[in-house]
Amino acid sequence: MIKIAVLSGKGGTGKTTAVASMAWYSENLVLADCDVDAANLALTMSGRLRTKDDYKGAYIASIDPKLCVECGKCEDICHFEAITDLKVNTIHCEGCGACQVVCPVGAITMSLRKSGEIFVLDTARGPMVYADLFPGESNSGKLVTIVRRLADDLAESDGLDTVLIDGPPGTGCPAIASVTGVDLILAITEPSRSGEHDLLRLIELAQHFSIPICVAVNKWDLHPGMTREIEESCRRQGVMVVGRIPYDTNVMASIKAMRPLPSMFPKSPAALEFHKIWKEVRSRSKERKGSGLSLNLD
Amino acid sequence: MILAVASGKGGTGKTSVACALALALDRPLTFLDCDVEGANAHLLLRPELRSKEEVLVPYPTIDHSKCNLCGKCVEHCHFGAMVRLGKKVKVMENLCHGCGVCRLVCPQDAVTMSGRPVGIVHQGTAGLMRFFCGELRTGEALSVPIIKRIKKEKDDLVIIDCPPGTSCPAVESVEGSDFALLVTEPTPFGMHDLKAMITVCRRLEVPCGVVINRSFGEDKEVESLCEAAGVPVLLKIPFDRKVAEAYAKGGTLLEAMPEIAEDLRDMFVEIRGLRR
Repeated sequence: MIKIAVLSGKGGTGKTTAVASMAWYSENLVLADCDVDAANLALTMSGRLRTKDDYKGAYIASIDPKLCVECGKCEDICHFEAITDLKVNTIHCEGCGACQVVCPVGAITMSLRKSGEIFVLDTARGPMVYADLFPGESNSGKLVTIVRRLADDLAESDGLDTVLIDGPPGTGCPAIASVTGVDLILAITEPSRSGEHDLLRLIELAQHFSIPICVAVNKWDLHPGMTREIEESCRRQGVMVVGRIPYDTNVMASIKAMRPLPSMFPKSPAALEFHKIWKEVRSRSKERKGSGLSLNLD
Repeated sequence: MILAVASGKGGTGKTSVACALALALDRPLTFLDCDVEGANAHLLLRPELRSKEEVLVPYPTIDHSKCNLCGKCVEHCHFGAMVRLGKKVKVMENLCHGCGVCRLVCPQDAVTMSGRPVGIVHQGTAGLMRFFCGELRTGEALSVPIIKRIKKEKDDLVIIDCPPGTSCPAVESVEGSDFALLVTEPTPFGMHDLKAMITVCRRLEVPCGVVINRSFGEDKEVESLCEAAGVPVLLKIPFDRKVAEAYAKGGTLLEAMPEIAEDLRDMFVEIRGLRR
C-alpha cells in the first residue's frame, strides 16, 4: 500500500483542490481528509454515506459538588489552568487526570466525551474517510490518527493500493499525525514570501522525520520571480519540484460549483498540470516505498 | 482592547488584514503573531527583532535506579506517553503533555519534572508597535504553550494574528479577546470553516464580525450566512490581482490598496462599539 500526504505549511495554497483533482485521475484509491478542523474535501467529492461513527477522544474531569471538600488541591495541581473556583473549564481541560489523582475524597471522575464524528463516503473515485471535530475541541492529532487507520483498513478490505491524504495547514500536532509513516509528502505552495517561509518549515519537518518530500508551486505565474526563488530554495534543500500549476479561473469556478476541477474542466491548464503531477508523484512514491519512519501518535 | 483576527480556513487573509489594520491605525499597540506553526506577520511588518526567549513545558525524567517497573505511570498517562520497553519505562516526547500525572502516581518517587523546550518567542518593535511572534520547534506537536506565553503580553490595544483551524491553537489564541474579526473568502470552503469559527466564538463568548476578502462584489451566500448567525459583515476587500502580486513580494495590503486604510480605521471604530 502506498501512502501519499498533501500538505503545505501555509493554509489556502490549494491542497484540497490538488487532492480532489489528482483523485479524479485515479482508481484503486482511498481518500483521507486529515484537516479535521476544517474538512473541506467532502464539499468537493460528493458520495454516498457508508458509515458514521462518534469520536470520543477527549477525557474531561467533572467534580461532584456533594463530595467535594473544597480543599483546592485540584486547582493547584492542574497544569492547564482548567479548574477555577472548583469548576472545570471544559475547553481548557486536557483530560490528564491529575486532579483525580490528588483529590483526597474521590470527588473527581474522568469521562470520555463525544467531540466529533467520523464518516466514510463512497465517492466516484473510491471510499473517502473524513472527520468533523466539533468546533473548539482538542485532540485533533488523535482524530487524524484514527482517520488514517480507518483509511488504511479500507484500503486493505476493499483491495485498494493507494491512500491519498489531504493534510492540515501548519507543522504541529495534526500535521505530524498526518505525515507519520507516509511514503511521500507532496507540498503545495504558492509564490509568496509567506508560502516560501512555511514551505521551508514543512521541508524541515519532513527531513526531521526522514520522509521524502516533493513540491509543486500553485498559481506560479502570479509571480514568476518568486516561483523561481522557491524552486531554487528547494534545490538547495535537495527537494524536487514536480510541477508548476498556472493561475486558472476554472479552479475558482469548480470550487464554487463544489466539484473536482477535472470533472468540469478536463482540458483546463491547471487540471492538465495536476494530472502530470499525479503521475510523477505516484511513480516517485512507489520508488521510495518504505523509506519513511513510523511514529505512533495516539 | 484585545482584538483577535481569526478564520477557520487557512489562507483567507488573516495576516494581511491584521497587519494592514495595525499599520492603518498608526498608533502604539502590541501585535501578537500566535500562528506559531507558520508565523508570517514578520514578513509583512518587518519588525526589528531584539530578543528571544525559549518556551519550556514540564517534562518527566525517570530515575531508573529508583523505578521498580510497577507500571502505574503507564496506566495513568492519558496520552500514551509512558511506554514500557523491556526493562525500562520510556517517555514518548511527542505525546507528553507535561501534566505531571506520572510524578503524582509514582510510589518510588522516581519521576522528576524538568523543562523541555518546545519553541521560541521573538520580541521586537515595528514603528510604534511592540511585536511578538512564536516559533514552534521542528517536529514538536505542542503549540499551545507558546501561544499562552505570547498572550501574557498586555497593552491598551492588542492585535492577535491567530492560527487557522478551530481546535486548541485557534481556541487558545481567540479566548479572552474582546472581539474576534473573522476573515473569510466567498467560497463554499470559506463559508464552511467560517461557520465553525462562529461557533467557537460563541463557546468562548467572544463577539465577532466578518471581513469578506477577495470579494467579487456578489457575496450573497456569505452575507445570508452571517445574517442568519447574527454576525455583522464589517468590511469587504475586493479581489485585485495587484494585491496578490504585492503580497507575493512581502508587500502589505496598504501598499497595493492605499484607499483601504480609511475603511480599516472606520471598521475599528465600529468594532469599539461591538466589543465585549
